[in-house]
Amino acid sequence: MLSYTIRRLLGAIPTLLILIGVAFFLIRAAPGGPFDRERSLLPEIEANLNAAYHLDEPLYQQFGRYLWGLLHFDFGPSFQYRDYTVTELIVQGFPVSLTLGSIAIVVALLVGISAGSIAALKQNSRWDHGVMALSMTGISIPNFVMAPLLVLVFAVNLRWLPAGGLGDGSLRNLVLPVTALALPQIAYLARLTRGSMIEVLRSNFVRTARAQGLPTWQVIVRHALKPALLPVVSYLGPATAHVITGSVVIEQIFSRPGLGRFFVTGALNRDYTLVMGVVVFYGVLIIVFNFLVDLAYAWLDPKVRYR
Amino acid sequence: MSAAAATQAVPEVAGRSLWADAWRKLKGNRAAVVSAWIIGAMAILVVVGPWFAAYAFDFTDFANTSIAPSWSTGHFFGTDTLGRDIFVRTLIGGRISLMVGIVATAVSLLIGVTYGAVAGYFGGRVDTLMMRIVDILYALPFMFFVILLMVFFGRSIVLIFVAIGAINWLDMARIVRGQTLSLKHREFVEAAQAQGVEAAAIIRRHIVPNLLGVVAVYVTLTIPQVILVESFLSFLGLGVQEPMTSWGALVNDGSRELESAPWMLIFPATFLATTLFCFNFLGDGMRDALDPKDR
Repeated sequence: MLSYTIRRLLGAIPTLLILIGVAFFLIRAAPGGPFDRERSLLPEIEANLNAAYHLDEPLYQQFGRYLWGLLHFDFGPSFQYRDYTVTELIVQGFPVSLTLGSIAIVVALLVGISAGSIAALKQNSRWDHGVMALSMTGISIPNFVMAPLLVLVFAVNLRWLPAGGLGDGSLRNLVLPVTALALPQIAYLARLTRGSMIEVLRSNFVRTARAQGLPTWQVIVRHALKPALLPVVSYLGPATAHVITGSVVIEQIFSRPGLGRFFVTGALNRDYTLVMGVVVFYGVLIIVFNFLVDLAYAWLDPKVRYR
Repeated sequence: MSAAAATQAVPEVAGRSLWADAWRKLKGNRAAVVSAWIIGAMAILVVVGPWFAAYAFDFTDFANTSIAPSWSTGHFFGTDTLGRDIFVRTLIGGRISLMVGIVATAVSLLIGVTYGAVAGYFGGRVDTLMMRIVDILYALPFMFFVILLMVFFGRSIVLIFVAIGAINWLDMARIVRGQTLSLKHREFVEAAQAQGVEAAAIIRRHIVPNLLGVVAVYVTLTIPQVILVESFLSFLGLGVQEPMTSWGALVNDGSRELESAPWMLIFPATFLATTLFCFNFLGDGMRDALDPKDR
């Protein structure tokens, strides 16, 4: 197990370096610089600015400097928000995004797994068809379409819930964004759980347990649930990535001041370091999460050999 | 006895039973058939429709800005804040969305099939290395890279095709590789090898044609994903340039005018969701029909 962990950890390092490298050089290769204004600056001023931000150094040196900074959790200064460092902006925005994202994932897991299990246990019943039809709808309606529709119905027409913002920080403000963010994942998880649960329920060990006279619920909880949830565990990595990407638009629509909004505004303002910071931060988060999911999977599934 | 054998041997397509079988199964799946018809109708509507529409997609009707749908003004879906006809814009947006869906899928198909077939056919170290690269790329948050590309290199439609196609080939490569691994030890491949046919020709003439079933299913499932990515970009304001539009861009416009002009959101959103819905259903149906596990 330990050597497996170490090998997976070493495997994650090239991914991280590629992530940081691609983002870094892509941004440097882009036309237009952070100090481009309608009036061109005096050459001396520009040279001073470039020197202050180390933009005059050769690229490999800048890259090394950036990596070194990252190791110390220093994402560099923001080019647009002059008084802030990118680290400060991330520290400011991330809790807002984390609240939204983690609640959405938990909700998606709870609802998705229960709906999928119910559909599998009552296969080909009305419940099953209902869950499957709903989940197809959930998969087909993107969250950036669902979000404004939810606002239209529940905030504009019915006036039950606020349309956006943090408000007084109460849960009411989270209901719509969490729903919009979680729905596609609920739909996907329900399909996934149903599929694997049906397969597990047909397997020999479940038949044996039933034949021994165990009550149905005990068969499900003690024998079927764990193997049926293995695909769900391995989907957790992609699910996190989807939720993070989705949160970019959801935060925009519901005007929640999280990292996603920094990313979009930073991208439009050509704020190199901020955009880099968010990409690297989220990228590392996704990679670390994938790593943890892999470990959990190896621990849960007896069939995985630690090769 | 021989008479019974003769009637059994007659079935309509001899020798291509996989496709005949799949086709029969697909036709039996009502949801998939209806979806296919709707997709066809949608494609004809967005291609032909704008020529017959009363307004041009970029015509601004200043006398009728933000008006609700009505027959009398000729704006069946209403107009936006600049007085542009939502009906025509939805159709034109559909052209862009469907075109991106098809072209970007073709790009990902080209890369994915080539990559997967080469890795699978050559096997060994080449395969290990190529699949290791795919594994590494898998872990990267590609959506962010596409956004970066669009931001830094401008919003051109060609870039959209390439960027979206370039992020979607990984799954295709994996699936194709798996299939190729099982195909390459079949007799017809050995026969070709024995005759001294070059590797490239074997892949092109013997491997790829036999992958078509799997690829067809996957293409149907990739198109809605690609349309979704394009809409996502357009929603963020990074897609096609105004006054050109796409479903994502229209949904974005609509979501800004929710309270005053909900029709600006509802019509494009319905078109987008319907199309994605139908493609997903059709893809599911095709997978059921062509899945070798299920026979």
